[in-house]
Amino acid sequence: MKTMIFRLLALLALTGGMGFGVTPAKAHPHVWITSSSELLYAADGSITGVRHAWTFDDMFSTYALQGIETKTKGVYSREELAPLAKDNVENLKEFGFFTFAKADGKKEKFQEPVDYYLEYKDSTLTLHFTLPLKSPVKPKQLALEVYDPSFFIDFKLEEKDPIKLVGAPASCQMKFQRPGDADVKKLTEEMIASGDQSNYGAMYANKIFVNCP
Amino acid sequence: MSARSSLARHLAVFAIALAAMAALDGLVHAVMAQNPFGGPRPAAQPQVGGIVGWILAKQSEFYRDMSATIRAAKSDGSAVWTLLTISFAYGIFHAAGPGHGKAVISSYLVANQETAWRGIVLSFVSALLQALVAVVLVGICAWLLNATAQTMCGAEKAIEIASYSLIAAFGARLVWTKGGAFMRALQTPRAEPALAAAHQHDHGHHHHDHDHHHDHDHGHVHDEHCGHSHGPTPDQLAGPGGWRRGLGAIVAVGLRPCSGAILVLVFSLAQGLFWAGIVATFVMGIGTAITVATIAVIAVSAKDLARRLSAGREGGGALVMRGIEFGAAGLVLLFGLGLLLGYLAAERVTCL
Repeated sequence: MKTMIFRLLALLALTGGMGFGVTPAKAHPHVWITSSSELLYAADGSITGVRHAWTFDDMFSTYALQGIETKTKGVYSREELAPLAKDNVENLKEFGFFTFAKADGKKEKFQEPVDYYLEYKDSTLTLHFTLPLKSPVKPKQLALEVYDPSFFIDFKLEEKDPIKLVGAPASCQMKFQRPGDADVKKLTEEMIASGDQSNYGAMYANKIFVNCP
Repeated sequence: MSARSSLARHLAVFAIALAAMAALDGLVHAVMAQNPFGGPRPAAQPQVGGIVGWILAKQSEFYRDMSATIRAAKSDGSAVWTLLTISFAYGIFHAAGPGHGKAVISSYLVANQETAWRGIVLSFVSALLQALVAVVLVGICAWLLNATAQTMCGAEKAIEIASYSLIAAFGARLVWTKGGAFMRALQTPRAEPALAAAHQHDHGHHHHDHDHHHDHDHGHVHDEHCGHSHGPTPDQLAGPGGWRRGLGAIVAVGLRPCSGAILVLVFSLAQGLFWAGIVATFVMGIGTAITVATIAVIAVSAKDLARRLSAGREGGGALVMRGIEFGAAGLVLLFGLGLLLGYLAAERVTCL
């Protein structure tokens, strides 16, 4: 009887071991987005929202434009792209717009996106949209992350001035980290070493911090 | 034999099986763990050390190089060869994305006493079916109907649900048959102590025909052998009913097209080089099949090792094998349900 229990336990361990090998969510990007963002401030110095400009890679841009009729071939006006832009922001909702904000450590929520449109230039699409915060905040530190936790999309901050503060109090200091920076690299190595894949995409997060003392 | 040495032997079998699974796990991790390091500017990107890092870096590079290569192929025909080379390498490294294909096929092979050769064939046929589905989907939606990306990803979603349901149904059937065999193996030594004692001398080769016949209802030709610690020989498996049995695994795994292939196909269609995209997709499938087949062969070998170690034991050896098969069958069901209910993240469909 004891043997039987042992066998069953060992069996469970075996199946568990097999399951472990395949269950962690792992992906690699199929879509690349070059992101630049503006943090929007109200006159009283509170943050009201984020305005993103996301440029898709040319393969995905071409895919997204499939089947869209235009007056002139290869030229897409903002109006012609309006239905696609609407689909985009609606689909993005499911993923929380890949935008994660914390005001002094507390998670902030966003409202439905406004002022969204697509722009076609140099055979790539750029999606512009504004995410208003549910309620404006005035934290000492705002931490903003832009990434896809499942890493289907690889977000990369724009080379030049990826983050702008619009109307921020003069005392506010902004800094950001790209996935390749030292701290993130350390995290990446730790995660690979420990085999923890629970939030795989976080290794590729772009982190933005704004300190307003 | 004393109960203690029997227990020790069983534990050894499990330890080895676990070690084999750990090795497989490591390999799967190595093959599946992917990242975008070394995109367009490798020098500026962090590097994960050694060969693994190199493979990871290469994979993303391959995919990103595809669009440039397809563009180049418009004016320079020789770029098509580069495209095919890239697609092949990408397929090998990409290995069916977040990998339910590998998992389902490997588990199916382990659950069903399949041979390594069968594993290789199943891997190839399912990968090529996967490529075919991608080509047909893009061919109909984009090329024939000029549908939008939104429509196409709707179709992708529908196929995805069908595919995951099939995996779950397929897993449920395996659990049903393998569960029965496991329960019988579990009861054998206790239900018939006198018989079990007698078995010490005949090493479980050709004994106890415990009412297995009802299993025929499930279409399993070889189920009479389920109570044995020795699996059927390869030529038994390759019998006429045998190949049909694998069809479920092939369709369940191959139905869901790879998002990467769909992007490549639509892109090549837009560049007026649809045929190049189609060839690239199939070459990608061959690459994927090589990786999936390798993992499938490792899984089958691990089980063979466990079988050899537990062979020649009375009742218990069969119990170990039936238990492993039951566990593997359960995994297929869990994959299906997990994917269907969204607990397991799979490669996302291209809806944005």
